[in-house]
Amino acid sequence: MYTTDQYEGLLAETVMLQGFHGDWINAYFARPLGAGPFPGLVLAHHMPGWDEWYKEVTLRFARHGYATLCPNLYFRAGHGIPEDVTAKVRAAGGVPDDQAVGDLEAAARFLRALPTSNGRLGIFGTCSGGRHAFLTACRVPVFDALVDCWGGRVVMRPDELSPNQPVAPLDYTQDLACPILGLFGEDDQNPSPEHVARLEQELKKLGKNYEFHSYPGAGHGFFYHNRPAYRQEQAVDGWNRTFAFLEKYLKTSAG
Amino acid sequence: MCTMIAQQVKIKGSGKGASGWFTLQEADVSYDHPFDAPFEHALNIDFVNESQGPAARVAVELSVEAARTLVETIQAVLSRAEAGGYIEKK
Repeated sequence: MYTTDQYEGLLAETVMLQGFHGDWINAYFARPLGAGPFPGLVLAHHMPGWDEWYKEVTLRFARHGYATLCPNLYFRAGHGIPEDVTAKVRAAGGVPDDQAVGDLEAAARFLRALPTSNGRLGIFGTCSGGRHAFLTACRVPVFDALVDCWGGRVVMRPDELSPNQPVAPLDYTQDLACPILGLFGEDDQNPSPEHVARLEQELKKLGKNYEFHSYPGAGHGFFYHNRPAYRQEQAVDGWNRTFAFLEKYLKTSAG
Repeated sequence: MCTMIAQQVKIKGSGKGASGWFTLQEADVSYDHPFDAPFEHALNIDFVNESQGPAARVAVELSVEAARTLVETIQAVLSRAEAGGYIEKK
């Protein structure tokens, strides 16, 4: 718990790391100043890209005591303003799942190697990033906590599978080795309440540690203060639950 | 990407972007999250020239109703031009 007499300091900068296939990509890295030890947190950015909102959220988590790394999953699409780069990725049907998982795994390795690490690691994502975070936590068992905010297409029909997305993330649920916090809006179409119920059913059946909250009056992206979808009450509660969940599993011995 | 519904078509023409006019080569049509339009999903069209990088882009984000109306309007205008004998024979 922060009190006004505490020292605060953080360092934030762009760094490079080797992602999927050893490709160099950039990432936004923010960490608290000091010897730590600090838990690490990987951020899987949303469909609108490696943008202002994700930079702000990277800083926010760092202020809350997490060494936070947000890799640019669209690095290979070239450079320009985030919207133009994202538009190019959108036209290509998104990034391949294996590539996103490889880049996020590299971010996890980067954080684990920090001399200030407390040995614990989480992953957070919203929108397509929620899906990528879920997929990565299932396929790369190095995480101690997962926050999936309205990740769409975790549940997929067979006709939605493609070469870039060959397996529905739901089918990897048995491999999930850490607790998951899921935050959803009841008015969301993707994931719909039916999709959320299907995922919850699978987690329950497999005996996983999960905590799901579906908010009435909220749709997709209710954390995004720069979009009409923002819902103040639901967003504040969602953030509080996110910080409490991460505190429990990444900072204390309770996890 | 949240819907993954996207399709590209080769086109000919010009577009006016942030740095002025450029030659268009592709139109990327998607139904997914917009950047600015106040909808959860929109019919997005990016008129681009991929060979010139991500910045060679003219973007529109339309409501479903607006997109359908636009398609009908384009067809209607082309029909009038054709009926008037204005469209050059190839």
